[in-house]
Amino acid sequence: MNAKSTNGTEPTQKIEEKLYQNRYLVDSGRPHVRVKEHLEPTPELKTLVNVCPAGCYSISEQGKVEVVPDGCMECGTCRIITAESGDIEWNYPRGGYGVSFKFG
Amino acid sequence: MAQERFDAIVVGAGPAGNAAALTLAKGGLKVLQIERGEYPGAKNVQGAILYADALEKLIPDFRDDAPLERHVIEQRIWMMDDTSHTGMHYRSDDFNEERPNRYTILRSQFDRWFSSKVREAGAILLCETTVTELLKDSRDRVIGVLTDRHGGPILADVVVLSEGVNGLVGQRSGLRDELKPKTVALAVKETHFLPQEVLENRFNLTGDAGVVIEAMGTITQGMTGTAFLYTNRESLSVGIGCMVADLAAAGVTPYSLLDRFKRHPSIAPLIAGSEVKEYAAHLIPEGGYNAMPEIFGDGWVVAGDAAHLVNSVHREGSNLAMTSGRIAAETIVWLKRRREPCTKEYLAEYHRRLEASFVLKDMKKYRKIPDVLHNNPQLLSLYPRLLSNAAQAFFRVDGQDKKTKETQILKSLRKQRGIGGLIGDAMKMARAWR
Repeated sequence: MNAKSTNGTEPTQKIEEKLYQNRYLVDSGRPHVRVKEHLEPTPELKTLVNVCPAGCYSISEQGKVEVVPDGCMECGTCRIITAESGDIEWNYPRGGYGVSFKFG
Repeated sequence: MAQERFDAIVVGAGPAGNAAALTLAKGGLKVLQIERGEYPGAKNVQGAILYADALEKLIPDFRDDAPLERHVIEQRIWMMDDTSHTGMHYRSDDFNEERPNRYTILRSQFDRWFSSKVREAGAILLCETTVTELLKDSRDRVIGVLTDRHGGPILADVVVLSEGVNGLVGQRSGLRDELKPKTVALAVKETHFLPQEVLENRFNLTGDAGVVIEAMGTITQGMTGTAFLYTNRESLSVGIGCMVADLAAAGVTPYSLLDRFKRHPSIAPLIAGSEVKEYAAHLIPEGGYNAMPEIFGDGWVVAGDAAHLVNSVHREGSNLAMTSGRIAAETIVWLKRRREPCTKEYLAEYHRRLEASFVLKDMKKYRKIPDVLHNNPQLLSLYPRLLSNAAQAFFRVDGQDKKTKETQILKSLRKQRGIGGLIGDAMKMARAWR
């Protein structure tokens, strides 16, 4: 796992534990968010590691940004931040897949 | 279905889409509504407060069977610094009226109920289906949609785009630009369950009455944003949101911001012992009137979040969504009856009607607020501290005489912001508010 900056606001709970309560239907083998191939991540791409509310982004040992969108809540924040730098491809999951909020 | 033709296609089954589909179906039109979620509400997130007036205009007797949590009798507005809150509370028994004005709701349940009314009115609902693009003719008029489920195109005279804040269909069809980090907020929230009795004791409530808290201050760490805590029947909705540009610049994780808010000494006792059953995130279009896209064109109209219709000052959105969806649909029904085509020229009537309603009047009233907040972060960071220091100096009894206390309070205000700064901030807010 990557090291996330904490700014003195260490969460009391890991993000994985928060997401565990949610209901998902993962479209196996068809991730709806992809990071485009890159040698060095752009500053925008790097911010996603912290800004993604589901913690889907991480930095690999090679220093590249990776995404595993299984816990994605489809908010769209990453798409908007990288709209100009063009680092990712973002689509809605296929109909019926992805997160299903119980309370919303 | 490939060859079937509809009078109107509605994209999305949130407040705007349901309001539109209901109005169109009641107006006798053949309506297809397409929702990408497993059920209506599956993808939808809100605080959430329901404003009765907007729904009453669609379903006058909604109180008979809608899944409402609590009617709001008390509003708390808190300015928070790290250890305190300075609050304005308004609680009135007048809100315990026969037809209450505001309710807390859980969107997933509410949207499913709303959708059942839409289907009763005769609209056809297709769930688990994502609209992938708009179909246009050679003259660039929208004539239908393509989806990820049906091979063929689905044709209609008009498409209502009530696809929510992430309006990919409209964006990718060139109807509007991608959102900017400066004009959207990211909000995260949790649903905390508590035994009903405990919740009612904690908030001094009886029956179906409820409390809502809107909070701002150092809880957003200098970023433009707000936090909230709403009482549902047996749960609390606890959340916080900040502008995406601010979050990206600060590199703060949204969930640590939420956890920090939950640990605040004014919040922690209210949620103590609760069981969290969901964590959600959603964008809120907060750019105001100046960030609004075109909302009508040849064969299409946009309503709700997709049209950037959120009044961020008053935390209103779902009522603007329902009202814009209803007015868009009323315009289409009106055109149908007059046998007019749904071209850009005729659909301009939607914009005219929206301008005559509270929706665009309110959007215009606060058009300068997003920029003022963006350019003046001290409004949400410095002032809560000043207010807290002043209140503490005023209330603490410590042998110091009152005149000296008052002088110290004034001196601290002058030192931390300066008389010019204080007056300037007040003027900026007043000008933007007008």
